[in-house]
Amino acid sequence: MDYFLELFLGGLTRGSIYALIALGYTMVYGIIQLINFAHGEIYMIGAFVALIVAGILTIYGFAGISVLVLAAIAAIIWACAYGYTLEKIAYRPLRGAPRLSPLISAIGMSIFLQNYVLLAQTSDFLPFPNLIPDFEFMEPVAHIIGSPELVILITTFVTMILLTLLIKKTKVGKAMRATQQDMSMARLVGINVDRIISLTFIIGSALAAIGGVLVASYIGQVNFYIGFLAGVKAFTAAVLGGIGSIPGAVLGGLVLGWTESFAAGYVSSDYEDVFAFGLLVLILILRPAGILGKARKQKV
Amino acid sequence: MAEKHKLLEVKGLTMDFGGLRAVDSVSLEVHEGEIAALIGPNGAGKTTFFNCVTGIYNPTKGDILLHPKGLPTRRLNGLKPNKVTEMGLARTFQNIRLFSDMTVLENVMIGRHCRTSAGIFRSIIRDKSVRREEQEIVESSYQLLKKVGLAEFANEFAKNLPYGAQRRLEIARAMATEPFLLLLDEPAAGMNPQETAELDQLICRISEEERIAILLIEHDMKLVMNISNPIYVMEYGKKIAEGSPQEIKDNPKVIEAYLGEETEEDA
Repeated sequence: MDYFLELFLGGLTRGSIYALIALGYTMVYGIIQLINFAHGEIYMIGAFVALIVAGILTIYGFAGISVLVLAAIAAIIWACAYGYTLEKIAYRPLRGAPRLSPLISAIGMSIFLQNYVLLAQTSDFLPFPNLIPDFEFMEPVAHIIGSPELVILITTFVTMILLTLLIKKTKVGKAMRATQQDMSMARLVGINVDRIISLTFIIGSALAAIGGVLVASYIGQVNFYIGFLAGVKAFTAAVLGGIGSIPGAVLGGLVLGWTESFAAGYVSSDYEDVFAFGLLVLILILRPAGILGKARKQKV
Repeated sequence: MAEKHKLLEVKGLTMDFGGLRAVDSVSLEVHEGEIAALIGPNGAGKTTFFNCVTGIYNPTKGDILLHPKGLPTRRLNGLKPNKVTEMGLARTFQNIRLFSDMTVLENVMIGRHCRTSAGIFRSIIRDKSVRREEQEIVESSYQLLKKVGLAEFANEFAKNLPYGAQRRLEIARAMATEPFLLLLDEPAAGMNPQETAELDQLICRISEEERIAILLIEHDMKLVMNISNPIYVMEYGKKIAEGSPQEIKDNPKVIEAYLGEETEEDA
């Protein structure tokens, strides 16, 4: 039973990270029908910024959880700036273009950002300090769930609640939903759609940066290429849950995390990806729009 | 009040789509307190005309001038639709374009969006003044719903309303942006006689009580002749007549182009 619980919580942790990144994909897709392939790179940049800032802070004598918080804040701000700029230079000029053009632009930006970090930093794996301390009160259950997992779970949970409140309750959230449903009509009721799209990218990037910091600190190393795999997994989670749907992204992330965790635990860790993508294929056969996705009829 | 204040002035508006001239140097004026109508057979370019005025298309030639009371004249050509809305000009569509997955109240509240001061950052932080502003929006939106007779449906999803009610909600949403000029594109399309009669009254009420001038496109001749003056007639992109309902009825060009053949089956 303990083993099952361990796998369950491990899958939950992994899945909540996927969900965090998948939210960025799904929000952008919902609003401008673009798969932002450079989203994984924002995640990677977030991790790198956290590494650099954590290093500097450690030199200046900071320690413990304050390093994690400050590094995360720096990573979020940096990633938001990248996300905003990315949209401005790579996607906004292509707003009226056929859907394939911004897609190619996204792939281009992904490759560009990877190589930019490769040249500016290094191609080697860099060790990432373990910023999440081991809490004493976690010791009795440490064989099932460790402190880093707990921090990841709480952070993602709080972040998702804040995001939900933002979208459901605030004025900008309403504007985002309106833009998602009918962009030209949103303009006609006076919404500055370009601002809302920028904001969507900024929020998505912030979520990716949070994910980047948490994972890098958990796994303990970063590299210019980590964004690619995380991006593919999160994208899978978004499609699994129904791309464009926010609860779908969360659910998709969790389902993917559990599948991988249980497959690795009960079968073999070599096969976790096989099971994850096998599940994706299966769900898409049964529900082509994803678990929570709505088959959308094209309105004329 | 000798001379009525001119609100919208369109001069020689032309819109080309490649080789097709959809609107050909049309001029039109809407004055304060008026309910003006734009009529014409299908494909005459009426909706294209609306799209040019509201910033969806950038016209090829001509001027669209807005004269808000007590403010300097603004040229609308090529402005983005949200800017046009901010200037006090709102519209509805021929086919219903509500935010169908939002509640009726939210649909109206979103129209208020452009009239509130809180920016993105402050609306996330939600300080006291933002919360008060939100509360005021909820109340004023509710008042608007009462005016169009939808208050009881406030928490219903927009997509669940009956057709006529959806139309009225669109008008309420447009009014939420606090326009001084309202453009209605076929507001009575698809309505039964009962609903049309209600709409008739609603439009008159908006004009009289809210002091909003109205320019409407409509095929329902009874509605047009009842409430609007002046009437402008378009055919094949050109304006072929303008005047009071009586003048339009008697105009041989109009009868030939439109009334003679179309009214029988259209009514």
